[in-house]
Amino acid sequence: MQDASGHSIGVDADVFHASIHGSLGCTDCHTSIKQYPHPDQPVAVKCAACHADQATGIAGSVHASASAHPCTSCHGDAHAIFPKDDARSAVYPLNIPRTCGTCHADQALAKKYGLQNVYAVYMDSIHGYAVSKEGLLVAANCMSCHGSHNILSHKDPKSPTYKTNIPNTCGTCHGGVEAEYSAGVHGKAVAGGNLAAPVCSDCHTAHAILQPTLADFRMQSTPICGSCHKGRFATYQDTFHSQLGLLGGYVQTARCWDCHGAHNILPASDPASPVNQANLIKTCGRCHADANASFVQYQPHANPRNRKLNPALYFTRFFMNLLLWGVLGFFALHTLLWFIRSKREQGRNGPTGEAKHD
Amino acid sequence: MTDETGTVPAQQPEGQPQSEGQPQSDDQPQASGKEKYYVRFTLAQRYLHVVLFTSFLGLAATGLPMRFSDNPAARFFAREVGGFGAILFLHKFCAVVLTLAFLYHLKDIATRALVHKEKGIFWGPTSMVPNWKDVQDVVGHLRWFVGLGPKPQFERYAYWEKFDYWAVFWGMIVIGFSGYAMWFAPFFARFLPGWALNAVLVIHGEEALLAILFIFSIHFVNTHLRPDSFPMDMVIFTGKETDEEFQKKRTLEYRRLAAEGKLEAKVGDKPVYWWVNFARVIGFTAILIGLVLLVLTLIGYFGNA
Repeated sequence: MQDASGHSIGVDADVFHASIHGSLGCTDCHTSIKQYPHPDQPVAVKCAACHADQATGIAGSVHASASAHPCTSCHGDAHAIFPKDDARSAVYPLNIPRTCGTCHADQALAKKYGLQNVYAVYMDSIHGYAVSKEGLLVAANCMSCHGSHNILSHKDPKSPTYKTNIPNTCGTCHGGVEAEYSAGVHGKAVAGGNLAAPVCSDCHTAHAILQPTLADFRMQSTPICGSCHKGRFATYQDTFHSQLGLLGGYVQTARCWDCHGAHNILPASDPASPVNQANLIKTCGRCHADANASFVQYQPHANPRNRKLNPALYFTRFFMNLLLWGVLGFFALHTLLWFIRSKREQGRNGPTGEAKHD
Repeated sequence: MTDETGTVPAQQPEGQPQSEGQPQSDDQPQASGKEKYYVRFTLAQRYLHVVLFTSFLGLAATGLPMRFSDNPAARFFAREVGGFGAILFLHKFCAVVLTLAFLYHLKDIATRALVHKEKGIFWGPTSMVPNWKDVQDVVGHLRWFVGLGPKPQFERYAYWEKFDYWAVFWGMIVIGFSGYAMWFAPFFARFLPGWALNAVLVIHGEEALLAILFIFSIHFVNTHLRPDSFPMDMVIFTGKETDEEFQKKRTLEYRRLAAEGKLEAKVGDKPVYWWVNFARVIGFTAILIGLVLLVLTLIGYFGNA
């Protein structure tokens, strides 16, 4: 059945009656249609007539200006809308990434609206994997973090993805981690209004979240800490942990959080900190089985260029450099002069003809 | 590498040709057999050199990526080799090989000194131990470079050869010790202070840098690439040098042996073609790898400084 302009206006009665709106009559929604033949321009259905709260949410959200129909873009065919816990629903947890992806995985749209192309990285993340491969209903989908109707920009302080709200948002599922985080220096700093301190997504990223034990995460995590802790990062880079660890494929060497902890990072002065002097043997011992009191005096952030902080190391490096450039300097000059002299000698006497093995 | 063959002809028994390891094949040329060849290094010494430079090249190739781990070439190489675990494994493997070679050399010296009671191993013209003449030679050679004096005459080991030897000797102790201290850090921490564990990395890295820069530039030029030896001094591979070469390079040793009537005892066979060519391939490969590593080292060092 088609209308005057050729669009199908057929409705599958079986599907419609099985849908959540199955008990409604056609004109409950199509209120402008009162006689036959129908008007040429029927008024668009206003879902808001019943779903006022959701409509208010949409109106205040980032999707408010969407030219497409605000409801069916996500909920799909208006005559086949199912409850969100029904697997046939477009907003069933396992279907949400695909539903949002119809726009957010579209490169052209992303470009047009200046959006990050997050769909692909989400699908490869631990959350996306849990949804798409494991079929976990409780795994975080788009809606879990961004909300549904009243999605706000992460710059909006009311948004669940606003920086200071992120620990709470992630904590909806990761309650234990949130409690640890809140007790640590970063959590306290953020709670105290320091927006430079990291929240979950600063270290784990927002969409591309990796399983932290994966090699890729271990490789990317240290520079993330280093983006704030520049001085500590620089001295770490001088050490064997980093020299080995910076190159791909060798992920066992200690990263920041192997020693400092991850969520409940505490100052070294805190007796509960893994880098507190009293806990070092245990902390280092996680990798170095025979760690002893002398071994843990090793300084993972020593700076051979700092005479005040690390005098022994400073002078060791100084001596080694003196030796290095002394020996090389003398012999470079020696060999250069020798080379020139031999060349001139050779020019005078003709080739010496040594090494005549052939 | 201390003298072994100098004055002990008995070490070359009958029936054991000088060209050990080289079959006396029929293709040995007879025509140019007039030239005399003298033995300078034993087969064991030549093998030791091969083991030394092979493991050293391995150590340099795997150590440099660790030292300059933020360098793109280092990352590329590490990835191609099979990741960083593989790099570290190969580094340790080469280290063990070099350690064994070093221990073999120590054992060799001890045997020759204590069992064979070999004279001149620790002192005298054939010894590797520096003496007053070496000091005079350094000064004399430098004066000759700039035209202020005659060219000094050298004994069995010239001062720069002794320096090469002791640099490697000292280098192996320093790099080896600091390397093992990192490998077995908790064990070494039983008798080393904590800061020493920081220091060993600095020492290991800087001393290795010195070794790499020295061997791949100074040693290469002094021994192989200088005009008198260019492009390669084959004596460390063949073990033998011509009469002319011997007289010119080690005049004093030649004269001393001639005066003592021991020169004939050092005469050896002319190295066979295939052996010389084979050694050339090996040697030039080593030099090429060394020069590439030298360039990468300089890029890594000055690119990061």
